[in-house]
Formats: sequence, C-alpha cells, structure tokens
Amino acid sequence: MPVTEYKPKIVAFCCNWCSYAGADGAGSARLSYPAEVKVIRVPCSCRVNPMFILRAFQRGADGVIIAGCHPGDCHYTSGNYFTRRRMTLLFSMLDYLGIERERTRVEWISAAEGAKFSKTMNEFCATVAALGENKRLEDLRCKK
Amino acid sequence: MKKLSLAKLYDFFAAIAAKEALYLPVNNEVGKAEYKRWSEGVELSHQLNTLRSAKDFFFPQTENLMEFKMEGKKIDIIDTREACDDFVIFGVRACDAASFDILDRVYLVDPVDSYYKNRREHGTVITHACGKPAETCFCGTFGIDAADPKGDITVWDVEDGYVFRANTEKGEKLMAATADLFEDTDDKAVKAEQDKVREILAKMPLADLTTEGVGAGLTKEVFDRPEWASLSESCLGCGTCTFVCPTCQCYDIRDFDTGHGIQRFRCWDSCMYSDFTKMSAGQPRPTQLERFRQRFMHKLVYFPDNNDGVFGCVGCGRCLSRCPISMNIVKVMKTLAKGGNK
Amino acid sequence: MQEMMEKRALELLADGTVNRVLGWSVGEFPYDMTPAVFRSAEDLKDRFVYNDFCGANLSKYLIKESKGEGKILVFLKPCDTYSFNQLIAEHRIKRENVYVIGIECYGKADLEKLKAMGLSGITGIQMKNGEYVVETVYGNKTVKASDATAERCLSCKSKKHVVFDELIGEDGDVVEDCNRFDMVEKLEAMTPDERFAFWRGELSRCIRCNACRNVCPACSCEQCVFDNPNSGVAQKAAVNSFEENMFHIIRAFHVAGRCTDCGECSRVCPQHIPLHLLNRKFIKDMNEFYGEYQAGADPDARPPLGTYTKGDREPNEGGNK
Repeated sequence: MPVTEYKPKIVAFCCNWCSYAGADGAGSARLSYPAEVKVIRVPCSCRVNPMFILRAFQRGADGVIIAGCHPGDCHYTSGNYFTRRRMTLLFSMLDYLGIERERTRVEWISAAEGAKFSKTMNEFCATVAALGENKRLEDLRCKK
Repeated sequence: MKKLSLAKLYDFFAAIAAKEALYLPVNNEVGKAEYKRWSEGVELSHQLNTLRSAKDFFFPQTENLMEFKMEGKKIDIIDTREACDDFVIFGVRACDAASFDILDRVYLVDPVDSYYKNRREHGTVITHACGKPAETCFCGTFGIDAADPKGDITVWDVEDGYVFRANTEKGEKLMAATADLFEDTDDKAVKAEQDKVREILAKMPLADLTTEGVGAGLTKEVFDRPEWASLSESCLGCGTCTFVCPTCQCYDIRDFDTGHGIQRFRCWDSCMYSDFTKMSAGQPRPTQLERFRQRFMHKLVYFPDNNDGVFGCVGCGRCLSRCPISMNIVKVMKTLAKGGNK
Repeated sequence: MQEMMEKRALELLADGTVNRVLGWSVGEFPYDMTPAVFRSAEDLKDRFVYNDFCGANLSKYLIKESKGEGKILVFLKPCDTYSFNQLIAEHRIKRENVYVIGIECYGKADLEKLKAMGLSGITGIQMKNGEYVVETVYGNKTVKASDATAERCLSCKSKKHVVFDELIGEDGDVVEDCNRFDMVEKLEAMTPDERFAFWRGELSRCIRCNACRNVCPACSCEQCVFDNPNSGVAQKAAVNSFEENMFHIIRAFHVAGRCTDCGECSRVCPQHIPLHLLNRKFIKDMNEFYGEYQAGADPDARPPLGTYTKGDREPNEGGNK
C-alpha cells in the first residue's frame, strides 16, 4: 500500500478587507499556499466567535487560523483589537485544557501582503502537520 | 440461602467478570460512588448509594437510534442497533431496583421499546440490602423495603460475610455457575440484619412521610392547588433532579448532522427545561410553575393514575441531596398533604 | 444573626419600605434551606431561617423580582453583592426596587464535607462557638465548623459588601491574600498532557443538567445559545467529550469579565466538577494581561473584554507552560 502523506485540514478565517484580499494578492503574485487551507471570508476578524473555532475542530479541522488587519488598520476602527483580546484568552484557555496551543493562531495580514499570506499559511500548515491529527477536540461522530 | 465469606467476595466478582461484564459502585476521583466496570483491583464502594442512579444501564443518557445516508433524493436508513452482551450489575439498592419496575411499566408496554428491552433482557441485577440508610431515604413511603430489595439476586451484609438469595431464574443461573464459592446457610443472620435496619429506618426523619393528598384520581384537586406558585418560585429550571432520578424516563429525539449523514439519537430530557415538549404551536408550559408542577404531578398523580396506583418515585433521596436550591419531592408532598382537605 | 435579620425584615415590611422579603426558608433537615420570597409577617415568622448552610446566592432572583410591584428586601452576603452589582452594571436589576441588607459572613458550611466524615442519618445540627454538634440516628458527633467550611469560602476574595442599603453585622475588607488562584497555578505548571488528563477526568462526569448555568448570576441570557435550536450548537446532552468541552469552554468564555467568582457553579454541580477553575483561569489571565479587574466591584468600570489598548499582548504568545 502506498504511504500517503498526512495532510492536515486547516480552516482560515480571513477578514474581507485585508487577508482575504491578501490571499488574492498571493495568487496574482503566483505565490502558493497549501490546498489544505480552506478560507472562510468574514467581515472582520472580530466576527469570529470562539464557537466558530471549536466548531471547526469538531467538523474535522486540525488547525484554525484567524487572519485580520494589522492593529490600528481595522476597517471598523477597533474590531481587531477585540479579536486580539478574545483570542488571547481563548487560546490560553485551550492550552489550560491541554489542547495543543500550536493548533490555533492569529496573524495580521494586510491586503498588500500576499507574500506574508503565503508564508504564514505554509508555516502554519507545517506546524499543524507536525502535530498530527486533532485528537483532543475531535468529535468522533464527524469522522468518516 | 447461600453464604459467601468476606474473603471470597472478590473471587465471586472475578468468576462473574470472567464470563460477562460486571458493573458495581466504585468511588470516583472525587470520592463519590458511581457504577464502573469491574476488573482486578477495582474496589467496591462502601457508600450508601451511587450519585447517579442505576437506570443508565437500561436507559442510557444518550443512545443512537438509527442513521441516515442521503444521496441525491435517495435516503438509506441504517439500523445501528447492536447485539447486547450479557452483563451483571452488583450493588443495586432497593430503591433503584424498584425503579426498574417503574421504567418497565413505561418501556415494556405496547409499543415496546426494543432498545430498552434488549438491555433489560441481558442484564442481571444483584441488589444489596441497605445497612446504613441516610436521613434522605424514604423508600418506605412507597412500600419499598430497604432491608429486602428485589432484583435477580439479593445480597445482605452479615457479620462474617454475605448472604445471597436468588429470586429469579436468571439469578439461579448465576448462582449455580459460581456455586463452589458458596456454602449453605439459614436465614437467621439475615433476619437479624433486617430487624436492625428496619429499626434504624423507623427512626429516620422521613419515616412518617405518607402519600396523603396525592395519588390516583386526584388530578383536578392537586393540579389546582395554589401552593404550586410558592413551591416553584425558586426553582432554577435545571435538570439536576431529573438526571439523578432513577425513575425519570422522558427523552428527546434529535438529529445530528455528522457532515456525511444524519445520526438520530435520543437523550434524556427534563420537564424542568424551557424547551421540553416544545411544539410548532409553542411551549405548552410557559413558566417554571407549570414545568415544576408537571414533574411532581407526573410522579405523584398521573403515573399512579395510569399504573394501578404505583407512584413514580422510589424515595432514593437523590434529588433531596442534589437540588441546588433544596426544593424537592418531599417538600412538595408535605405541602400538599398539609392543606389536603382545603 | 437570624433573629436580627428577621426583626429587621418585619420592621421594613411593617413600615411599608418593602412589600416582600427574599431570604431562605426552613427545610426538612437542618441543612436544606430553600431561597424563598416572603410576603407577610406571618410567613416570615413561620419559615424564615438563616444559618451556616444558607449558601445560595440570591442576587439572580432579583432579575425577575425587581421587575415586580413594589420594593423587595434582599439579604446579601459579601460575595453576593458583587453579583448584584454586576447585574446592575448589565441593567438586569432595577436598583430602585431593591432594598439590600448586607449580612456579614465568615464562610458557609458544605454539607458534603460533613458527609465525607461519615456522618449520615443527620437529624439535627447545633451550631455554636465555632462548632457543630451533629445529631444523627447513629449517634452524635462534634466537629469544628472550620472543618466543614465550603471550599469556595476558604479562598474568599472579599468580606466587604460592595453595595448595600444597610448592614447587619460588620463590614469586612477585601482579602488581599486569598490564594484563590493556587489551583489554577498548579494546573498551569503541569504539562499539557497532564492538564488534558485532569480536565477529561473532571468534565467527563458532566451530565449536562445545566445547574451551573442556571444558577450563575452572570448567565442571565433570556435564551442560552445552547438552548437555541437555530444556533447550530444547541445541545441537550453531553453526548461525547467534544460536547462536554464545548459547553464548558463557551460558558466560561461567555461569562469572562462578568463572572464575579461567587462559586455557585461548583457548589451546585451534582457531579462535583470544579467548574470555578475554568472561570478563575479567565480571571487570572485578564488580571495578568490587562490589569487587575474584579467584576462587580465597580459597576462603572470597563470590563476587560469591552475595551482594549494598542499595546495588548498577541494571542500567539500563550500563557501556560
């Protein structure tokens, strides 16, 4: 049997005003990012409810990344500042429960930073791939 | 009657566990008793009763009923029922043993609940007579004798061991399979133990609790009692009483979308919840007063109405010790009895 | 204490300051007091009680009661006043409809601790001079009251009433050295595997009775997201480990910055899950990351999750070992 390389499933919540465009920028600059990254467009990084992250893990994600505008550049003035506080607390809580901290991440990527988008996603994928499958926040019912 | 010496109790467990799964009360990480599967080294808890009731064995908190797979317009229904292996529960108290009869009246009457029946048929219940009842015990109110529990086999603690009595064919079979561990005995030691426990029970604060003011045929009178308002006033609407109760048998059926099919499962539900029996027309019991009343009407009036006067409570006392605000069936019964002739 | 409270309640009822009293009503046993609303002097004399087993935090009942006709008298322990203040900050209580009597508190008793000493068949508990004489059908036993003090009271954060109209007894101080984060620190010092094992062991006992949520003064939503069939996360049972984690993480998160650490969640949990350790983790993190903050201490303060600074720490930095 051929050994298939483990490919982690990554969910990337991308802000409409920056990172989502950054992904386009990466594309037009012919910079690649892994196909395992499934991008979900959100109006602002602070739209990401902590429940979205847990649900992504439930539904089979091995890693979840939130990409928003650089602090100070929020389209809605201050949304990403709130994202920063919420996610700091949530990630710390997940860690407290013994769930690998490296499976979750927040990055600030502007619309002009196609290269950063590509680099971030490649790095995150590699980190999660090294961790292996998400076992601690899995929902067995959702596994095939 | 057969006697098992103190030293041979764990040999008995080992003999059963060699053939089928054996569950018994074990102290958990916070020192409370809960049913766990026995294996070498696992110790029987000496507490009066388990925190959760024994109904889980026959009516688990959640259980898959079936699955659906959908392709285009085609739906496949997959039966997920599995053959249940034989199992033995040791250490069931008189109250919990009586609760099985109540659950049977719900699940084994037409239409028979095949999931429940399957497990009921494969389970052997070994009851353990109470030696040290608590102040929250009131099984006697419902005619249950803590010193002589039902079940397939009954076990009593006596001074230098345990006395076993098989009550059913299932029990006989189990005893026969482990016959070499036992010796014959008479019922003297058991009688002495029973007298001692009955004497203690008579001294308990709830020994004089009666079912006055409730029971079959009293729907209108009890339903309209004004005391429901103050009784239910501080109820939080949580499901603690329901979920620790050995006789609460209501469930909800829900679908879970797994992403590659639908799992239809049932799970315990509580009439104390705001979304219990919610229908397209809305919630039939809009405030906690109605929900609270429903729980006690069901146990104390509706159930006896439909079941030859048998009450839907076995007096295990779990709700008395677990309710966050200490409102419970005893306080309800006493209040209803007080103004009974109003 | 009980006599003073009852006397004052009768006076306030008689002079028309209030038309109802929220307190505790006698139980079947010496320890099972039920929160109750008293509407008449007779009712008060008949069943009003206050002792070391009156642990319930009455502030949440005021969401409903303060919207009723007239003013209601409530007895609040120091920790309860924080919950009360927090509910005022969230505009859930009509302050003008409540008359608060702060009552001094030196810690409440935990029945489970008495039971763990092997006491059963309890028929009476005489409480005096820092001792409980526990009468049982199996004989009497004298125990030190301090040996039966509830865990949450052993790490009491404040004996000061942050809001009251009058006091019965002395007002205390905020306890600076309350050690309430000791267990959180112990967990943080563990390896992730150990922490995971710890929480699996605890949360796997959850029966999803919702007692923690329903008793919590911070959980005051009209409809909880977990009860809302349109939320996509409605659950009625702890079907598996994921659902257990989901419920408790999200519940703790929803009350983060609003939880006053009253400890009711752990008190009521029938399965004895130390739920306060989740809330305390958030409190500790917020204190460390964003400066000391005590929910309920000041109803005008900005909660940590309702504000920000430009130099906040980054989420990827992590906080544990």
